Amino acid sequence: MTETVDRELGKARTRKEDARLISGRTRWTDNITLPGMLHMAILRSPVARAGIGKIDTDQARASSGVVAVFTGADLAAEQGSLPCAWPITEDQKSPNAPSIADTTVNFAGEAVAVVVARSAAEARDAVDLIDVDYEDLPVVLDLETAAGDEEVIYPELGTNCSANWVFDSAQAGSGGDVEDAIRDADVVVRRKFRQQRLIPAFMEPRSVLVDPTGPQTTMYSATQVPHILRLMLAMSLGVPEHKIRVIAPDVGGGFGGKLQVTPEEFLTFLIGRRLGKPVKYTETRTESLLAAHHGRDQIQRLTLAARGDGTITGLKVELLADMGACLRLVTPGVPILGAFMFNAIYKIPAYHFSCTNVFTNKVPTDAYRGAGRPEATFGIERMMDELAVEIGVDPLEIREKNWIKHEEFPYTTVSTLTYDSGNYEAATARATELFGYPELRAEQARRRENGDPVQLGIGVSTFTEMCGLAPSRVLGSLNYSAGGWEHAEVRMLPTGKVEVVTGSSPHGQGHDTAWSQIVADRLGVPFEDVEVLHGDTQISQRGMDTYGSRSLVVGGIALVKALDKVIEKARPIAAHLLEAAEDDLEFTAGSFGVRGTGAAGVTIADIALAVFAAHDLPDGAEPNLDSEASYDPENFSFPHGTHLCATEVDTETGAVRIRSYVCVDDIGKVVNPLIAEGQVHGGLAQGIAQALYEEAVHDEFGTLTTASLADYLVPSAMDLPRFTTDMTETPATSNPLGVKGVGEAGTIASTPAVVNAVLDAVRQFGVRDIEMPCTPQRVWQAIQGGSK
Amino acid sequence: MIPAPFDYAAPSTVEEAVTVLADAGEDAKVLGGGQSLMPVLRMRLAAPTTVVDLGRIPELRGIREEADALVIGAMTTHDEVCRAESVRAHAALLAEATHTVADPQIRHRGTFGGSLAHADPAGDLLAPALALDASMTIAGPAGRRTVPAAEFFVDFFTTALAENEVLVEVRVPKHTGWQAHYEKFNRVAQAWSTVAVGAALRMEGGAIAEAKVGLTNMDTVPVRARTVEAALIGRPVTAEAIREAARDAAAGANPGTDANADAAYRTQLARVLTARAVTAAART
Ligand SMILES: Cc1cc2nc3c(=O)[nH]c(=O)nc-3n(C[C@H](O)[C@H](O)[C@H](O)COP(=O)(O)OP(=O)(O)OC[C@H]3O[C@@H](n4cnc5c(N)ncnc54)[C@H](O)[C@@H]3O)c2cc1C
Repeated sequence: MTETVDRELGKARTRKEDARLISGRTRWTDNITLPGMLHMAILRSPVARAGIGKIDTDQARASSGVVAVFTGADLAAEQGSLPCAWPITEDQKSPNAPSIADTTVNFAGEAVAVVVARSAAEARDAVDLIDVDYEDLPVVLDLETAAGDEEVIYPELGTNCSANWVFDSAQAGSGGDVEDAIRDADVVVRRKFRQQRLIPAFMEPRSVLVDPTGPQTTMYSATQVPHILRLMLAMSLGVPEHKIRVIAPDVGGGFGGKLQVTPEEFLTFLIGRRLGKPVKYTETRTESLLAAHHGRDQIQRLTLAARGDGTITGLKVELLADMGACLRLVTPGVPILGAFMFNAIYKIPAYHFSCTNVFTNKVPTDAYRGAGRPEATFGIERMMDELAVEIGVDPLEIREKNWIKHEEFPYTTVSTLTYDSGNYEAATARATELFGYPELRAEQARRRENGDPVQLGIGVSTFTEMCGLAPSRVLGSLNYSAGGWEHAEVRMLPTGKVEVVTGSSPHGQGHDTAWSQIVADRLGVPFEDVEVLHGDTQISQRGMDTYGSRSLVVGGIALVKALDKVIEKARPIAAHLLEAAEDDLEFTAGSFGVRGTGAAGVTIADIALAVFAAHDLPDGAEPNLDSEASYDPENFSFPHGTHLCATEVDTETGAVRIRSYVCVDDIGKVVNPLIAEGQVHGGLAQGIAQALYEEAVHDEFGTLTTASLADYLVPSAMDLPRFTTDMTETPATSNPLGVKGVGEAGTIASTPAVVNAVLDAVRQFGVRDIEMPCTPQRVWQAIQGGSK
Repeated sequence: MIPAPFDYAAPSTVEEAVTVLADAGEDAKVLGGGQSLMPVLRMRLAAPTTVVDLGRIPELRGIREEADALVIGAMTTHDEVCRAESVRAHAALLAEATHTVADPQIRHRGTFGGSLAHADPAGDLLAPALALDASMTIAGPAGRRTVPAAEFFVDFFTTALAENEVLVEVRVPKHTGWQAHYEKFNRVAQAWSTVAVGAALRMEGGAIAEAKVGLTNMDTVPVRARTVEAALIGRPVTAEAIREAARDAAAGANPGTDANADAAYRTQLARVLTARAVTAAART
């Protein structure tokens, strides 16, 4: 029997990694310098689509400090195609995805030539000396136009449409026919929403350093996915996997933006090996905004059918999703993740989802915080507000009427997922109480009546998400190329300290702290005695890395399994040392003792020393005390929450100010409330940014006009309100910790809450919708247009 | 972000700076606080052969009080302007506007002279300088000359400064006892103005005796809202009167269109912000 005592779990510890990070004792990839290291700079295409004519590199080659210049032709034989791990359909169309353009460029920012020099400055100077003849081709930028195939980007594919993916509840047997539902409905709400293109805008630009001088080729990269990267380098470039080591040192943010296998990584790898010297590439901020993958970018056509009393009878979703110029690691799968989330927390009897993935001459899209789920949540939560308006009831009431009741869990949804647990009633009750819902509604009515120039709007978002990516068999059924398990190792050191290795590779989440808390409770050792290792494929040999709010929910459980194995391995040793029967032992607070005696036992630290010395072990017992475990989740986890936003809309200027923001999230058991709240805050900031501030904008030629942080408006603390956050706790039943994941919650929930609030303020002027981001100009114009 | 190579000079007097500039030819560039120039160099939007740093010239730094004017050295930082008692007392509008520039880090490096010389139409100090009838002292190979603000700002990022000239100081006539407010509208806290309006008022017995109003980012150069100024004189401070006076705030301006605003929206903002700036100034 094993009993754990929660001393650490639930404790709001400050993060053990922070003292080092904030005092600059950091190892970002760009800080690493190796002997004889060369520097790489990239010439990027200024045009979005063109044939490449002559490339004149003579001057660059002759420039001071330059060691080599490479073009697509120089690397054509070995560069292969960047990998896409998620072909969503059998007949998915996918163009070649070169790391460096060969005969054509297909987005502005694509690599066209690479300079390697002795210093970063010399490499950069030489880039300016390269002359490229571009033979302009017509650019395809608008998503709907692209889908019409008037101009086809890749003639060999015959179309700009990559794939069409459909889910239909009537066919799946999980619900009725949506066309019937629409035909028979009392109320049908139809809307078209645009999910603008966003840029992950992580603070640490991407950086990669390749060292080919050791027995293996080592790549240091600012990546979220060292394990996937190693595998993809091996599979795509034909280099034996055991000859590659990947290290993710300190990594400064990702938000999905570093869940990628990038052209820059491939180029540095190929060139480092070609030259036989360490080569480093660090992108500039502009390159980061221009050439790292973007997120979102969908057009959503939604049809919601309901009875006159507001009961939903069907939902039809038709998406166009912008892939950009080619498919990166999981590009095609991102909108498909949304297929399972449009039905959200609601009981929807009939559901149809279809998505067409389309190529355009823009940088590829891929995962960005929430990946498919924020898009879906936005769609359905906007529609719920529209339905409430149509029927004339409060938006909270329409949700309550349709959501899955607490006593109905586990509940299998129309899109076939089984939600293990949830309590939407509790989260909503707490949120409305913290928000002062009736009071704000009263103030809203007063302002309306007085014709106040500043109008108040209230927005609701009751979201859920599927986290803990992912049960491997589900990934298999979706044609994803890999599994969704996670791995952990535990090593007891002779002095009683504990090293744990996780396959989940952190880049700001606080794994070191949370993992230490779990170990401390499970093994009964001090928090300080735990060291968490990760991010190096020679230390953490197996792993699936960090994304999709999976670290704690999958990686944390792998850790628990490994810890339990260590305890079980220690048990016979303890019995031997105590001269007791194994069955009589209990393990509490870090120590084995004979049940019922209350006598002093042996601690796990005592055993660690004993198995190291190995002088007196039971017959046949192995020295040392280590374990490892891989864990494949049996289900997703389903965090949920109720977010309420009050906005003040200045009708004279269109400015939107968030007056108050309340969210009550249910992420199950909370390991560290401080970390969880931090994740919620950051998530809210990014979701609010989509609603009000951020948008990647291209001009008519396909040039990104928001390629600096002066133009791509990432909000700061100054622009955000004081958040009121709270939690309800409905533990997940699908894992032993009862945890659900919190990395994406804030981002997913907040965007519709804010936009709903803006519309709630201005709907009185006849405004039906405002495209995101709801800039002051757009809001003002909508009010002008609406009141005409 | 690595700039193209350039030669660097750090003269210690204005005259020396002018000589260095003359010798370096037309591809030389003056460096003030670097808050606009350095990003331009790093993004390689400009590649001067020589950068002449004014940071070591004592004469360019500090605020001097004369009988009827404040004289602000071109290299005086935004932060120094913000903190100066004399600016608050005699040129309150300038103090108000400078507070809205960027963030504390940038205000500690960026300079008053650099902002005016840079002449970004979205810069916040141009309209106040214009509204307060400032004049600029410029040093060049032929000696020093003085240019009134109305003639200093020529076009989008273009001033009366020739390539071989240095802005030395700015003379701001004292507006002692005037009440002022700078109403800035931007998208995020750190951003430049979409539109902003600066208003300075001399009040007499509850009514507006004199008014000076300047508009930021309503044209390629800062704009003086003369129609508004005239309409305000002698008016009591009522919401109605102010709204009435602000109605034609954009008269004579030729607002452009960019990612944040088109001309019609800018015109609306000018109207609304003018009313707000005047109202706030009258209340202070
Ligand atoms: C993130 C950010 C946000 C900002 N936000 C704002 C804002 O909200 N409002 C605002 O008004 N400004 C803003 N700025 C700009 C800031 O105010 C700068 O300080 C100002 O634009 C330039 O001043 P500087 O001293 O840094 O000049 P520099 O960058 O050194 O020079 C700018 C130009 O002026 C020339 N120059 C400088 N000094 C002289 C001189 N004495 N004689 C002749 N020519 C000279 C230079 O050659 C160059 O062409 C922001 C800047 C940044 C980086």
